[in-house]
Order: sequence, then structure tokens, then C-alpha cells
Amino acid sequence: MVEKVLMKGNEALAEAALRAGCRFFFGYPITPQTELAAYMAKRMPKAGGVYLQAESEVAAINMVYGASAAGARVMTSSSSPGVSLKGEGISYMIGADLPAVIINVQRGGPGLGGIQPSQADYWMATRAAGHGDGHVIVFAPSTVQEMADLVASAFELGDRYRVPVMILADGMLGQMMEPVALPEPIDSRSLPEKEWATNGHGGKRTHNIVNSLYLVAQQLEDTVVERSQRYARIKDEEQLAETYLTEDAEVVLVAYGAAARISRTAVAKARELGIKAGLIRPVTLWPFPVDTIETVIPVAKSFLTVELSMGQMVEDVRLAVNGRSPVSFFGHTGGVIPTPDEVLVAIQKAAMGEQFDLVPYHTRLTGGAR
Amino acid sequence: MSASIDSAANEMVDKKSEILFERPHALTDAITNYCPGCSHGIVQRLVAEVIDELGIEGETVGVCPVGCSVMAYDFYSCDMVQAAHGRAPAVATGLKRVLPDSVVFAYQGDGDLASIGMAETIHAATRGEKISVIFINNAIYGMTGGQMAPTSLPGQVTQTSPYGRDTETAGYPIRVCELLSTLDGVALAQRVTVDSPKNVRLAKKAIRKAFEYQIQGLGYSIIEVVSTCPTNWGFSPSDAFEWMRDNMLPYYPLGIYKDIKAAKGEQ
Ligand SMILES: Cc1ncc(C[n+]2csc(CCOP(=O)(O)OP(=O)(O)O)c2C)c(N)n1
Ligand code: SF4
Repeated sequence: MVEKVLMKGNEALAEAALRAGCRFFFGYPITPQTELAAYMAKRMPKAGGVYLQAESEVAAINMVYGASAAGARVMTSSSSPGVSLKGEGISYMIGADLPAVIINVQRGGPGLGGIQPSQADYWMATRAAGHGDGHVIVFAPSTVQEMADLVASAFELGDRYRVPVMILADGMLGQMMEPVALPEPIDSRSLPEKEWATNGHGGKRTHNIVNSLYLVAQQLEDTVVERSQRYARIKDEEQLAETYLTEDAEVVLVAYGAAARISRTAVAKARELGIKAGLIRPVTLWPFPVDTIETVIPVAKSFLTVELSMGQMVEDVRLAVNGRSPVSFFGHTGGVIPTPDEVLVAIQKAAMGEQFDLVPYHTRLTGGAR
Repeated sequence: MSASIDSAANEMVDKKSEILFERPHALTDAITNYCPGCSHGIVQRLVAEVIDELGIEGETVGVCPVGCSVMAYDFYSCDMVQAAHGRAPAVATGLKRVLPDSVVFAYQGDGDLASIGMAETIHAATRGEKISVIFINNAIYGMTGGQMAPTSLPGQVTQTSPYGRDTETAGYPIRVCELLSTLDGVALAQRVTVDSPKNVRLAKKAIRKAFEYQIQGLGYSIIEVVSTCPTNWGFSPSDAFEWMRDNMLPYYPLGIYKDIKAAKGEQ
């Protein structure tokens, strides 16, 4: 058995990246992902890699673009406002079919927002990580162990499908310490060669081009359609979700990351009260695990989405459920963390057949749970 | 050519003729999108000639950001990366850090380098990033149809300074070589132009030096080429050079602004 070590989530992300063969890291300081960059700054030079503090997130993501074009496994990390700035580079990476791992340890927004944990960037991650017709794969860990495990998957899927991959964590997961069994380091020489890389043709092949510009409309459509076919394969093959007590569940909670941890406790409490509650925890947010939602539809009487936001993922749940059951929402935003008891109240309401959007504004007005 | 041409005669011609001028190997046979008389065509060729002379095509990766030269990825035979507007120095940094033994160059316009990408430029320069930057200063945004650039001259009429660049409201042009020459990471900062055979030769020498300094690991090099945009200036190619000499060169004097080897008395 692999020995477990006690680590912060942010550090686990960094160490796992090194073990996945990542030797290039470009970042810009921002709370609450600081420990990740600090860990990289310390370890990278010793591992024969490059840690570079860029002049901005814009520069950092474009360094990632260059390093990825050269064929390397490369990572950047930031938090919400910084990820907004990376949007341009992410769009170009999507357009040029460049893989890389982008970490977003989310904090509250919009604007400068706050530095407390949040899940307010779901839309940015799953809908618009930059302009254009494109997607990134989005993973949502909910334990420190998963922070470590998903980094390896992120590099692997990125390389396989030639798409950028985002790990959407939050300040709570980034800062918390848990025991973690680190994955075995891979030998990066064993990775398949990237034949498309612009690393110098050495007189052995015609020149490679990394590009996202297509001035002929038909050519642009062709490349976007080809990429969409890869997206379709990703949707078919890469959906990931964990279920907890969903087999006979009448109230099915859907929550990811930190919100899933709280929801799980609330589900256990509901079961003690005799309410048949269960939890679906999406591990991939894009592709959204619609297949898992489908498995609970026959028994479920209602759905309850819990998020650290005003309700973003709930739209995907509603799309997946497609009117077959009521879908309610409960959340807090701005860094306010819902308590399991608050979630329990929401479960009870849902169990009684109510459909609601219970957001902080309402709770305050109605003198509700908090 | 018809197949009936006398092959013996052909052979004779072959023996006597010597190739004096041909396309550099580092250029593909793609037809460029540059307007007639534009400096881009000349400078792009000079870069290719230098790549040929140094024999580095197989190890070279070029970065072409947004601007009239954005399609240079089709024109060069070395590996090429197209970059977002202004981000070439950051993209080149990523490439060079992964491929320290390769030669990485970025080919940037003035809107690209001195406006939207100024932060990336200054920081790549001050980090002493071992890359060679070819900087086309044509005092205008060419690709988007002739808007004011950070390098447009006081009083210069452009699409977005229709009454002439008013320094009260639009400020002053940026002298990039002067600015960058204050940074310790810069190995070479030189301003050239390509308006005469003599100046073309000087420009090529400078570009070659920028590549050599990179290969020697000396730091960031920039060759600023004071250039023309006949199309958006609204001049014939020869009048454009005339206007450039009369108006741009006084504001942007040619010369070497920094050369760490010369400073150390090494040459
Ligand atoms: C983010 C972004 N903003 C604006 C543009 C539009 N744009 C394309 S080229 C260009 C200016 C290019 O001018 P310059 O860098 O001077 O190069 P030139 O075309 O003169 O060679 C602009 C503003 C863009 N492509 N991307
Ligand atoms: S628009 Fe100007 S800079 Fe662009 S190719 Fe034409 S002449 Fe050259």
C-alpha cells in the first residue's frame, strides 16, 4: 500500500503534476492558490523543470501556449479574477488544439469579489473559458486525494484529445489538509511523442504549424466541426460522477467539490430522519454526467442542487432532468459556506414536494435558515 | 516549356549559368499577402536568409502574432506558431524554456509589440529571455486598415486620428529601442530600415547578430525596422519611403541602442 502523507489541497495538485511528468509551470500570484505556486517554485528547479512567475495571467497562459506548442506537459494555476484574464489564451489553445492543465482555485466574485471559497466560476469553466465555439474538459475534485488523482487524468485526457483541461477547485479544498496517497511518478520519456509539436523539424519532416486562424469560412467550420466530434467522444466516454445512496433516493442532491462534502453530511442526516435522500457528485463538470442523472430518474421524485453560488450548475441539472422531476436550488455565495443543517432544511422542503430557488437573498427576506 | 526544346542547348545554359538569386530555403513557395512595396516582404526575406546562412532552419521556431504578418506561418519553412495579438514574447518564452537549444524568433508589428503587448515585451526583455524579436515599426495599424498606432507620429493623420495625432489627447509615440535599452536583460537593441540596398544589407547584418546573440545565450535581442505601409499611408511605395525618411527617421533615429558585446569591448 502506498504511504499516505498529510498535504494541503493546493500542494497535492502541484506534487501530482510533477508526478504526471509536468516540468513547466507559469503563474501569477493570487489568493487562494498561493501554496501551489510556492510549491512549484521550490520543487521545479530541483526536478529539472521551469517555474516562471509571469508578469500577468495573460502572459502566463500564453507561456503555457508556447510550452504546449513545443510539446511539453505544462500547467498554470490561478483563482477566479486571474482565470478571467486567461480566457484569451484558453480560447487560442482550444483553437490551436493545444493541451494543458489550468487550475482554478475559485474565490467569490464578480470583480475582485472576495478570497473565500466559492463555486461562482462554473459558467466560466463549462460555458465560456474564452470566446468562440469551444470547450475545455472540467474536473471538480472534492477531496485532497482527488486533487492529486485528477491531475494525472487531466494531463492524460488533454494529451489524448488535444484539449485544455481545467481543474475547478475552490479555496476550501485548496487550503484544507487531508491524508493523501500520491500517485507513482511516471517516466515522461514513456509518453507518446507529439508529432504535431513545433519543436524544430530538424530536416526530418515538413514544418509543423500551431495556429487558430482560418480566414476561409469553410475551413474554420471544418476545424470546429472536427473538434466537436472529439467533444462528442469526450461526452460519450469521459463523464465521471460519484453516487451516494442514490439507489432508492427520492430526493436526489446534485453537488460538486466543497458543496458535495456538505451535501453528503446533510444526506446522511436526512436518512436518519427517514427521508430517502441521495447524492450525485459530478466529478467532470464538462462533460456533465447526464448518464448518471439518467440512472436515478425512474425513482427520483425531486432534485436539489447545492452550490456555493447563486445557482449555475443547476441549469445543467435542469437540462438533464428535462422537466421529468422538479429541480430545486439551495446555495450561498460570496464565500459564505452553507451548513449541513441548512441543506437538511432544503432537503426536507424538497421531500415535501416543494420546488424552490433558495438563495441567500430569499433566506434573509423570509428570515429563513440563516 | 515545351518538351521539344533542345536538351543539349539547355545543358550548355546550365553549365554557364550560376544562380545569383533564389528563394531562401527557409521560405516556402507560398505567395505572401503583403501589399506591393511593403517593408514586411523585404524583412521577412532577410530573416529567412539569415536562417539559411546560419543553417538553423531545423532548430528554429518562429512566432507570428496578429498583424499583417500573422500568416507568416505559411511563409517560413521552419516550425511556426501563430500567437494572440501582442502575446508573441510570452509564447516565445514558453517555447524557448521547453526548447533551450532551439532558436526562437518573434516577428511583431508596432501595435502588437508596443501597444497591446507592451507588458509582455518589457518583461521578456527584462528577463533576458533568449529570443530574437523582429519589430516592424510602420507607425500604423496595417492589418485593421490604418488606425493610429503607439508609434504614429505627432500630427499623423490616420483613420482614428483624422485631424492628426493630437499629443494633448493621444500622447506621444513610443521609442521602443530607447526604452528597452535601459533594461539589463537586453543583449541587443538596434534600429534599422530597408529603404536602400545599403540599408537592407545593414538590416540583415543586425538581424543576423540578433540570432547569433540568441545562440550565444546572451539575452533578449530586438531589431526595430522603421518600415512603410504604402497602402494605409496612401502613398506609392517610393513616396512612402520618402515620407518615412522625412518624417519617421528624425523621430526614430537609426543606430545601435544597446549591444552588450560592444559595451564589453568584445568587438
Ligand atoms: C485582442 C485583439 N484585439 C484587436 C485585434 C485586431 N487587430 C488585428 S491586427 C491589429 C493591429 C496590427 O497592427 P500592427 O501590430 O502594427 O501590425 P501591422 O498590421 O501594421 O503589420 C489589430 C488591432 C485582434 N486581432 N485581437
Ligand atoms: S497594409 Fe500596410 S503593413 Fe500591411 S501588408 Fe499592406 S502595406 Fe504592408
